[in-house]
Amino acid sequence: MNSQYVDRLSLTDRDVILTLVPEGVSVLDLGCGDCSLLRELADKRRVRGTGVDIDGRQLADGLALGFNVYQGDLDAGLADFSNRAYDYVICNQTLQVVKDPQLVLNEVLRIGRYGIVGFPNFAQWQLRRGLFFGGRAPKSPALPFEWYDTPNIRVLSIRDFFDYCRQRNIRIVEERYLIAGRWMKRHPMRMANVLSHIGLFVITLQA
Amino acid sequence: MDHNSVGKITPQTFRFACAQAPMTLVSGHTMGPVDIVFETYGEPNADRSNAILICHALSGDHHAAGYHDPHDRRNGWWDAMIGPGKAFNTDRYWVICSNIIGGCNGSTGPCSVNPATGEPYGLDFPVVTIGDMVYAQRQLIEHLRIPRLFCIAGGSMGGFQVLEWALRYPDMVRAAICIASAPRLSAQAIAFNAVGRSAITRDPEWKEGKYGGRGPEKGLATARMVGHITYLSQIVLDAKFGRRLQSADRFSFNFASEFAIESYLNHKGSAFTRRFDANSYLYITKAMDYFDISRSYGPLKEAFERVTARCLFVSYSTDWLFTTSQTKEMVRAMLSNGQPASFVEIDSEYGHDAFLVEEEKLTRIISGFLTGADQGVTA
Repeated sequence: MNSQYVDRLSLTDRDVILTLVPEGVSVLDLGCGDCSLLRELADKRRVRGTGVDIDGRQLADGLALGFNVYQGDLDAGLADFSNRAYDYVICNQTLQVVKDPQLVLNEVLRIGRYGIVGFPNFAQWQLRRGLFFGGRAPKSPALPFEWYDTPNIRVLSIRDFFDYCRQRNIRIVEERYLIAGRWMKRHPMRMANVLSHIGLFVITLQA
Repeated sequence: MDHNSVGKITPQTFRFACAQAPMTLVSGHTMGPVDIVFETYGEPNADRSNAILICHALSGDHHAAGYHDPHDRRNGWWDAMIGPGKAFNTDRYWVICSNIIGGCNGSTGPCSVNPATGEPYGLDFPVVTIGDMVYAQRQLIEHLRIPRLFCIAGGSMGGFQVLEWALRYPDMVRAAICIASAPRLSAQAIAFNAVGRSAITRDPEWKEGKYGGRGPEKGLATARMVGHITYLSQIVLDAKFGRRLQSADRFSFNFASEFAIESYLNHKGSAFTRRFDANSYLYITKAMDYFDISRSYGPLKEAFERVTARCLFVSYSTDWLFTTSQTKEMVRAMLSNGQPASFVEIDSEYGHDAFLVEEEKLTRIISGFLTGADQGVTA
C-alpha cells in the first residue's frame, strides 16, 4: 500500500479508525511501527494500547510514549497473547503483506473481541482496467508498485473478504470504503468492490 | 577523557547484621556481619524517587561506570550505558550498583574473613542464593533511604536479581528491565557451570577451598574458558577467529596453543584468575543453578501475579545460553495476566555477550522504556 496516497487525503485511514474505536477500550495494534496510531488513540479515545511489530528498532519510540510493545512476527502467530485479551485488535494495511493472512485473521479474532481490518481492494476499477486493457499487473495511485517490488504479496478484493467472512462465521459490524477520495459508509458490496481503493472493516466472530 | 563519563568514583561499603543478629539465608544458615560494596552515580532527588539499581552478572562487580584511577585501563563494566545523557542518564537518575554477596570484590564472600575463626571462610561460607543476594541489596537500599526503586536493571544473572526483586519485593520496584535472562537456567547452562566447577575442584591447588595465595588458577582459568564459549555465538567465533592460527601458517604438530581461538581463550582464562576468586566462582554459579522462579513462587503465570512493576524483557537473537524462548515464557506469563510487559529481541551476532557489547541498540530501547515509565503513563 502506498501510504502517501492515503496520507494526502483530508481524512486518512487512521482518522477513520479513530472513529471506529470506542472510548476507553483496550487495543492491540498489529504492525504498530512507532506507535503513532496508538498515540492518537490514547490521546483522543483514551484507549490502553499495546503495539506489536516485527521491527524492533521502531519499538523504542512506542516504549518512550509509554506503551507496552512486543516484538513479533505475525506470520509466527501471537501465542503469547491470550484469548480475548483486548477489546480491539487493529490489523491495518497488514493483511496483504503477510504470508499467512488466515493465521493472522484467526489471531485477530482470538485475541480481540473485535478486529479492525483494512486492506487495499485489488478489484478497484482502475486496477481492472489496467489488467484488462493494458495486460499488466495491477497498478493505481493507491498501489503504485511494480510486480517485483511490491510489499503486497496477498491480493484480495472486497468481495473476497465478504466471502471469507461468510465462510468463517465472521460478522462484519462496520464497513468503510475509500471511494474517489472520500470515505463511504455502508455501500452496496458490488459497487464498493468496483469503486473503492481501500476497505476498512470492524469484524467479530458470529455468536 | 570521555566527556559523558561519570568520572572518578570511590566505592563505599555498607555493613549490616552482626554475630548476635545475623542475616538468615534461604538455606537456613546464618551469617553476620555482612558487607556490601557499592558505587553510586548521579544524585538523588528530594524524595529519592529517581534511584535505579543495576545488578551485575557472574563475573561483574559494583564498578559499573566511571573509573577509580585516571590510569585505569578499563572503565566500569557498563560505562557505555551509565552516565550523563546515556541510557541510564545520571543527569536525571541516581544509579546504584553493588557487589553481590558471595562475590570477591569487597562484599562478604568465601574469601572474606570468618569472624568466628579469624580465617577466610572458604567452604565454611554458606551457600547463598539469588534471593539472599537480593535480600542484602534490599538492606542497602533501605540504608540509602530509598522508599521505592524507580527501576532495577540487569543482564544474565543480573536479570535473575531483577526478577527476584520484582517477585520478592513488588512494592519496592516501579519498573524492571530483565536482559538476556530466564526464569531458570536450562539443563545445558547448568551443565556448563558444572564443568566449570569441576575444573576448579579437580585442581590440586584448590585444597577443599582452603587455598592461600594464588589458589587453583588452572581450574579457574579452564572454568572461564568454558564460560566464554557459552557467551559467544558460532557466528562471532567464526568471524573473529575462524580457523586462523595465532602466529604461524603451518601446523606445529604438537599441543601448544595454536589456533587463534585457543590463544584467545587462554588469554581470557588467565586474565580472569588475576581478578576473580575460585571459591566465589563455585558459590555464584551454584546460586545461578538454584535460581528457579517456579520452585520459589509457583508456576510462572501465578508467580508473576505478584509483580506490580512495569517490565521490559530484552533477548538477543543469537544468545543460546539464555534464549529468546526462555524470555518469552515470562512475557507470556505476564501478558496472560494482563500485566504491563514489553518484549524486544535485539538482532545481534554476539550471542549472550551482546548485552555488554551492543550498547547502541540497547540504549535506544532502555531510554525509551525509562522515558515511558517516567511519565507514569498507564498504557
